[in-house]
Amino acid sequence: MVLQAIAFYLLAATTLVAGVAVISARNPVHSVLFLITAFFSAAGLFVLLGAEFLAMILMVVYVGAVAVLFLFVVMMLDVDFVALRQGFARYLPIGALVAGLLTIEMIFVVWTVAHSGAASKSTGPATPMPNVTNVEAIGRVLYTDYVYFFQAAGLVLLVAMIGAIVLTLKHREGVRRQDIAAQVARTPAAGMRMVSIKSGEGIDE
Amino acid sequence: MIIGLFHYLAVAAALFTIGVLGIFVNRKNVIVILMSIELILLGVTINLVAFSTFLHDVVGQIYALFVLTVAAAEAAVGLAILVTFHRVRGNIAVDDASVMKG
Repeated sequence: MVLQAIAFYLLAATTLVAGVAVISARNPVHSVLFLITAFFSAAGLFVLLGAEFLAMILMVVYVGAVAVLFLFVVMMLDVDFVALRQGFARYLPIGALVAGLLTIEMIFVVWTVAHSGAASKSTGPATPMPNVTNVEAIGRVLYTDYVYFFQAAGLVLLVAMIGAIVLTLKHREGVRRQDIAAQVARTPAAGMRMVSIKSGEGIDE
Repeated sequence: MIIGLFHYLAVAAALFTIGVLGIFVNRKNVIVILMSIELILLGVTINLVAFSTFLHDVVGQIYALFVLTVAAAEAAVGLAILVTFHRVRGNIAVDDASVMKG
């Protein structure tokens, strides 16, 4: 139990410190790396909560795809990031005030929910279905009760993929491309010419 | 030293506010704003998973999965818009995105 508490505080502290570093780092590349750190330690928190499948998905989807996508865009765009940082000090006091108020309010709400809400009668953290692994428990619900939601999630990803391609596809003019339909539609009559050549003269074009 | 529901919800709330603060202080840099949105969604996901575990109901994790899906789609489309905007304007400052004067 003590070991679990140490792990929780370590992972929670890492997540929050990395989160603060994401929004305050001068270099956006550092921001992305701190974002990866935050997701990494959040995945650790998920493992502590018994949601192993989500922890692994978080690693694969975020660290493997989204963070690399961010890194790719940050490095690809040639932008003066120092100019984009002006106003940071100006908005920090009011932003910190609003964020502090929001945190205090949410801590009060969370305290109430945790101590007198539906979860207050909870017998502690436990896996939803005993004798069943986390992946199987998710699969049993996801592919039965939530199968339409699952399909809709796939549709969302498809639309996002098509949208990203359509947005970034650049159609350049003056580039000669292979037109397979035109090649296949060629007939001997269009592609060949019969010429009768007199001996010793050659062809004049 | 028992780690209860309150601890996880407090971490989620703090992460959510860090994300909101990030949008406040970096309101010129779209990339950091997108990363702040990712932090906000991560806070929400921690909330869902914590409730799932403490209420012994796996549905919370299903919803966390859907939040992850939407977050990935949002990041992809957001970054595509960013690349297109940079191609057109040569800049990614949010203040410059005012052609439509909405």
